[in-house]
Amino acid sequence: MHPIRKQRLQVVLLIVVASSVAVGLMAYMLGQNANYFFTPSQVLQGEAPENVRIRAGGMVVEGSIERSTDSLEVSFLVTDGMANLKVSYSGILPDLFAEGEAAIATGKLDENNVLQATQVLAKHDENYTPPEVADAMNKAYEMKQKEKQQQQYQEGYE
Amino acid sequence: MIAELGHFALIIALGLALMQSLVPMVGSFKGYTAWMRLGHSLSYGQFLFIAISFICLATAFWLDDFSLKYVSQNSNTQLPNQYKISAVWAAHEGSLLLWALILAGWTAAVARFSRPLPLELRARILSVLGAISVGFALFLILTSNPFERLLPMTPMQGSDLNPLLQDIGLIIHPPMLYMGYVGFAVPFAFAIAALIGGQFDSAWARWSRPWINMAWVFLTIGITLGSWWAYYELGWGGWWFWDPVENASLMPWLAGTALMHSVSATEKRGVFRSWTLLLAIFAFSLSLLGTFLVRSGILTSVHAFAADPERGVFMLMFLAVVIGGSLMLFALRGPAMSKVASYSGWSREAMLLINNVLLVSSLTMILIGTLYPLIADVLELGKISVGPPYFNFFFVPLSVGLVVAMGIAVFSKWKATDSKFLLSKIPLPLAIAVVGAISLPFVLGDTDSGYSVTAGLTLLLSLWLLATIVIDLKAKIGTDLTRVAKLSHSYLGMQLAHSGLAILVLGVGLNAAYDEIRELRMAPGDSATISGYQFDFKGVNPVAGPNFTAYRGQITVTKGDKWVANLFPEKRQYNAGGQVMTEAAIDPSLARDIYVSLGEPLAEGAWAVSLQVKAFVRCIWLGGILVGLGGLIAATDRRYRRRKTLLENKRAEA
Repeated sequence: MHPIRKQRLQVVLLIVVASSVAVGLMAYMLGQNANYFFTPSQVLQGEAPENVRIRAGGMVVEGSIERSTDSLEVSFLVTDGMANLKVSYSGILPDLFAEGEAAIATGKLDENNVLQATQVLAKHDENYTPPEVADAMNKAYEMKQKEKQQQQYQEGYE
Repeated sequence: MIAELGHFALIIALGLALMQSLVPMVGSFKGYTAWMRLGHSLSYGQFLFIAISFICLATAFWLDDFSLKYVSQNSNTQLPNQYKISAVWAAHEGSLLLWALILAGWTAAVARFSRPLPLELRARILSVLGAISVGFALFLILTSNPFERLLPMTPMQGSDLNPLLQDIGLIIHPPMLYMGYVGFAVPFAFAIAALIGGQFDSAWARWSRPWINMAWVFLTIGITLGSWWAYYELGWGGWWFWDPVENASLMPWLAGTALMHSVSATEKRGVFRSWTLLLAIFAFSLSLLGTFLVRSGILTSVHAFAADPERGVFMLMFLAVVIGGSLMLFALRGPAMSKVASYSGWSREAMLLINNVLLVSSLTMILIGTLYPLIADVLELGKISVGPPYFNFFFVPLSVGLVVAMGIAVFSKWKATDSKFLLSKIPLPLAIAVVGAISLPFVLGDTDSGYSVTAGLTLLLSLWLLATIVIDLKAKIGTDLTRVAKLSHSYLGMQLAHSGLAILVLGVGLNAAYDEIRELRMAPGDSATISGYQFDFKGVNPVAGPNFTAYRGQITVTKGDKWVANLFPEKRQYNAGGQVMTEAAIDPSLARDIYVSLGEPLAEGAWAVSLQVKAFVRCIWLGGILVGLGGLIAATDRRYRRRKTLLENKRAEA
């Protein structure tokens, strides 16, 4: 082979190898660090994996916030209208965290289906609902409607 | 009346921009001198009318004209005056108007300072800038009119500016950032004009350098300010979150940094020509992408985007036209621009190539990490957020490589460097760095926590870079300090910017190594000790501010027997929206910040309190400012102001 061609071939091969390694690594890291969002219903139906960082959220259930008296341990329930998921967290909750408002927690699910959160996010202004939560609530609502329809249908049939 | 005047001025500006995008361009092909010259006056006119429009909107804010929808959504009679002005660019419509104003400003500056360039090229540059301006003016008028009225249902009171934005940082951060974003329109327009003409030589590259530098300086300062603002205003002491909004500003910065370095090789040695043009296209395209990501609502949700598609679709089309069109032009003309120039493996050109490869790799991985959740959502692969570990995994090693190469590059020479000479330069700075890395962590850290490897590696890296800079300066200056004045501004600027980066690296690494955070429950009279500082919680009192009421805590900080500071963190509730906000209290110094914020009230007068000792966090922003300052000094290099050389070249050609 002509020496210049040989050199070019080497360069091209190097670029191909380097970029495939880069792409592979990037895909792997994306897979490792992509935190999927699950609704409380999905979690309780066992769709969410245990011991993997996930995000879950919904509306904070009224009266469900339990604060420890001597530490910053706190637990609360989030709901999508269908199911309630217990979230446990230690630390300061965000400014706009409140009962009846939307919240999203990031953390790992333990064996009792409690989300051990390392981070809790609330909506960032008054008029905003996180799209994941809105979506979860809508899904749950649709499922309820479907069930109702089915029930009515069955009742009518009977 | 004022609002209508502003709206009208905007429409006139659109007309002028339309003419500017067509007349000089056509003139440049037909050879009509008068048509080409018209670009200048059109640029000034356009700037004037957009400025009038902008002043009208600011006046509406000043006079609390809540009949304007935009004003009523973002202001309030109780809002302090300085925030009424900054509220102009607090939301979508106003920030686009600011974008357009700044674009018109840069365009007018190009018209004023581009005399050394051939008329044809000037006309085309102004035309391209005019075309971008048409896009933004149309976007404003068709989808995001800030002068839209709420009639006849005019509200008596506005719904207030988001309290997070009621801050000095947010008065200056967005204009700085936009100056940077939009500033990259100049090298972009230049690249397009050069591609159209099929000519790009060293003199042109020299002309474009100060423009690239200035845009980059503004962006650097803008990003630094943004980080600082997030640190003290968001209330929990982080300085970078790998949030898509932040990534949107970092990507054009990385492309701009690569461009700045590659254009220097193009100017000095005529190499990387087509690559430089491509980077100029990338830098501006990423600025547009950043604006699109932040402003279209696509980040909050793909569905929100689909629900109100008007704006998003316009921006997507605009992006497609700008990026697609310019890349098409590049594909047609770019290859013809390249010129074969030889350089050896250790030359400065090769070092700049390494710089570009590393920067563009960083950029690519950030781009993919930022867009992946959006793409996954569109394809219904689930709702994903990509966490900081992904970004750190790639960004940290790439940056380390960059700093290592930077130290060697300082000693390299154009065209070829003797590898023995280069190798002989390495031992001394390396020795300094190793000694520092081994010894300093014992001085800086807590004595009982032992040697920190993170701190050691950080010092190794940072001292390596600083030592190479000092050694190179010493070699150039010798013992006679007056020789500093004889060094070129671009050399001094480079060294200052690189030292700034070394300090920034120092801040980031030492902060990661020594940062102490504790969140705990504190009742009045309680105390806690972190990193040798004792925090005494005195309790919380209600106070009233101009447009909010607050609980103000008092925490006294002592070290040993010495008093350090009285800190007053606040929990504010804003009157207009009822929004609650944490206002952290900070005692700053170069080696550490003491950062205290209030969480929520607990039973029996106790509060959740966050206590932090943030080691060397100031170095991060100090470094950022020095980097920007370096770029500014480099932009004032005398060589860029020599007009005659260009004119003489032209005459010689003729």
